[in-house]
Amino acid sequence: MASKKELQVSAIENGTVIDHIPADKLFDVINVLCIDKIQNNAMTFGTNLKSNQQGKKAIVKIWDKFLEDGEVNKLALVAPEAKINIIKDYEVVEKKLVQVPDNVDGIVKCMNPKCVTNYEYVPTKFTVVNKSPIVLRCRYCEKMTDQQNFVII
Amino acid sequence: MTTRCLVSISDYSKEEIIEVLQSASEFEKNPNQRLLEGKVVASLFFEPSTRTRLSFETAINRLGGRIIGFADASSSSVQKGETLKDTIKMVDNYCDLIVMRHPVEGAARYASEVAKHPVINAGDGANQHPSQTMLDLYSIYKTQGSLENLNICMVGDLKYGRTVHSLLQAMSHFHPVFHFVAPKELRMPDEYKIYLDELGIPYYEHTELSEQVMNIADILYMTRVQKERFADLLEYEKVKNVYILKNSMLNGTKDNLRILHPLPRVGEIDVDVDDNPKAYYFEQARNGVFARQAIICKSLGIK
Ligand SMILES: [Zn+2]
Repeated sequence: MASKKELQVSAIENGTVIDHIPADKLFDVINVLCIDKIQNNAMTFGTNLKSNQQGKKAIVKIWDKFLEDGEVNKLALVAPEAKINIIKDYEVVEKKLVQVPDNVDGIVKCMNPKCVTNYEYVPTKFTVVNKSPIVLRCRYCEKMTDQQNFVII
Repeated sequence: MTTRCLVSISDYSKEEIIEVLQSASEFEKNPNQRLLEGKVVASLFFEPSTRTRLSFETAINRLGGRIIGFADASSSSVQKGETLKDTIKMVDNYCDLIVMRHPVEGAARYASEVAKHPVINAGDGANQHPSQTMLDLYSIYKTQGSLENLNICMVGDLKYGRTVHSLLQAMSHFHPVFHFVAPKELRMPDEYKIYLDELGIPYYEHTELSEQVMNIADILYMTRVQKERFADLLEYEKVKNVYILKNSMLNGTKDNLRILHPLPRVGEIDVDVDDNPKAYYFEQARNGVFARQAIICKSLGIK
């Protein structure tokens, strides 16, 4: 296997590398960041890669796209341990930390089966009432959804 | 003139609660005021609730407003599979205010986002029923002369009873002391205890409706203990008689004590209590009309 440095940043001149994603969370990350909707940027995904800290990890590289803080913070819900590197001219120019946002729109289902968001097409909206572990309060039914019960939409 | 939805009791600040209670007492003195002349109010009961509907519709009639709507969803287009959004959009075109009851939690909040006109929540499943809370507050305010520094004793089903949860939230503005009397299975949920802890509001939990608790209470708020709530019917049989209020239990209680109940009652208040001047549950229901007149006027920015 290639050296660690080469694996992480190889062949990306400008863009974002999301590293240290738990291997089983790759598709959640793709969902949450709506990466599947990006039309024109080259991307590579790797998964089941060996990681010294995590066992198996996944990695996402997006060419010519620089993730904003709001997008980065969405990762708090699915892969808070992920590391985001912003690359310019093959160099890491910024490391962004994942921070739990104050509000969560969409992304997570309300765990209350009697909630209106589970009855008809109503996008979920939550206020974050606790950050570690994450607890969300639904704007509609006012019930809590906690981290163990997160279902990503 | 600003319009104002009432979906959840937390939509009102302390000042707004007091403002609405004062307005309710004006309506009690003079209930027939044609403040809704020329206005159309939609009364949408997606599930039947005769008690709440009649109270709202009486309030609207006393204010001189006109009513459109339905008393249960079976007689409406909802039966044909129309979405809540489409029903609200349609009705919103015709009326100045929407009063709605719906079995799905969060339905009223969603409707308030979809509609241009204000929405008053007349109950959304097990979630909120803020006009009930306002009439409870009005009853407390009227009988105690103030909402401040009261000993509030809540009895019965404190786990599923939405009325006690909303009342707890609303009373939290006014420095209360709470006593929760409930069987273990129906205890006050942790989230509300955490809420009180954060606000520094004292509360005490009991499993028996003892003399000590009764004798310090200013308000005794009784609720139904429903058989369906118990996984173990033997447990139900054991606890059901523990929470029956009898007239003889009121001997040592404070003179200002008043007994409230959201009604309908099942058997938790013995009929021998009804003639005691401390029994207030029938007048409490009557207060609902005045409280709703005040809420309606506030929602339309009238007065
Ligand atoms: Zn919800």
